[in-house]
Amino acid sequence: MTMTEKTPPQAPASRDGDHWAKPVDRLSAEGVAGAKLDSVTGKRVTGPLQGFGQLWQKTLRVPLEGSSMSPQEVIAVWKEQFATFWPKAGRFYAPLAGIVPGEVALMDLTPAPGSPIKLSTGIMVLYADDESFTFTTPEGHALSAWITFSAHRDGDVTVAQVQALERTSDPFVELAYMLGANRMNDRFWRDTLVNVGRAVGATDPTVVIDVVCVDKRRQWRHASNVRKSAMIRSVGHALAAPVRWIAGRN
Amino acid sequence: MNATTVALDRSGGVATLRIAGDVTSASEGELMAGYARAVEDGARAIVLDFSGLEYMNSGGIGLLVTLLVRAQRGGVRLLASGLSDHYREILALTRLDEAIEIHPDEEAAVAAVGV
Repeated sequence: MTMTEKTPPQAPASRDGDHWAKPVDRLSAEGVAGAKLDSVTGKRVTGPLQGFGQLWQKTLRVPLEGSSMSPQEVIAVWKEQFATFWPKAGRFYAPLAGIVPGEVALMDLTPAPGSPIKLSTGIMVLYADDESFTFTTPEGHALSAWITFSAHRDGDVTVAQVQALERTSDPFVELAYMLGANRMNDRFWRDTLVNVGRAVGATDPTVVIDVVCVDKRRQWRHASNVRKSAMIRSVGHALAAPVRWIAGRN
Repeated sequence: MNATTVALDRSGGVATLRIAGDVTSASEGELMAGYARAVEDGARAIVLDFSGLEYMNSGGIGLLVTLLVRAQRGGVRLLASGLSDHYREILALTRLDEAIEIHPDEEAAVAAVGV
């Protein structure tokens, strides 16, 4: 008699199964080259629900008039050259594997024009397919956010889009947001979209911005996020630079 | 891409929104209209039943956040049921499971509301 092993029925694989990052408890930025400070390894991911400040949905779009690229081609270029499209206020250290689900990237941001201190933080690629990809922020990042980069067709024109669903992470960042950092953030993504537009051959890329405050309330139960602030860690790193320099000479 | 369908079923103070097809940012109209109908009917708890969910991208997850915020503002309790292991993982990954109560099926979700 032959025993036949019975295979339990499998649930059909989801069409989006390969597009999402796998569950992860703590992030690791191993394998990201170039960044001086890793503020991400060991942190958990956050999202708009874990932040402190008001919840904003920002949608920035640029019709790529003059470009013949399809949405899929635009996204392929965007993923491939993501770091080069960032304005000078930021530096993006891409994961070696590229913009694929679950990968972690590091970044240095200038929190204010002329600031000698760089904010060292990062992102995880939460989702990626042929027409979009989404970043989520780790604990300590100034924003608790999901940011989706996508492209779609509107009539004969391909439109590139950045959509952020974001709260500031702690009361200090919220104050900074009220004092102008919110608009700086808008400008950052607007300049990024213009750079993408130029790279894919759009003539005179003009960005349209739509900002909606989804929730005006602040989540005081998350005010303690400040304890994990990457900004505080970055300031500490900058202040300790002379000590490291002296220690390095001895 | 399959269209999103949202069917409303009401029992006492609990409404169930049966969500089927693909949930993406294009589903906003259907989803928010379903939620509005449930609230207009006086529901104080809403079960989002995902048994018929076939596909969800990050735009769809974003919609769940805005729906959750709307529910919190309106004092409406939001529960989820019928999630496959894959979508449970996504709710855990995005930490939405910290804010939406997850139950294996609609019956268990309705029972949890205790109406």
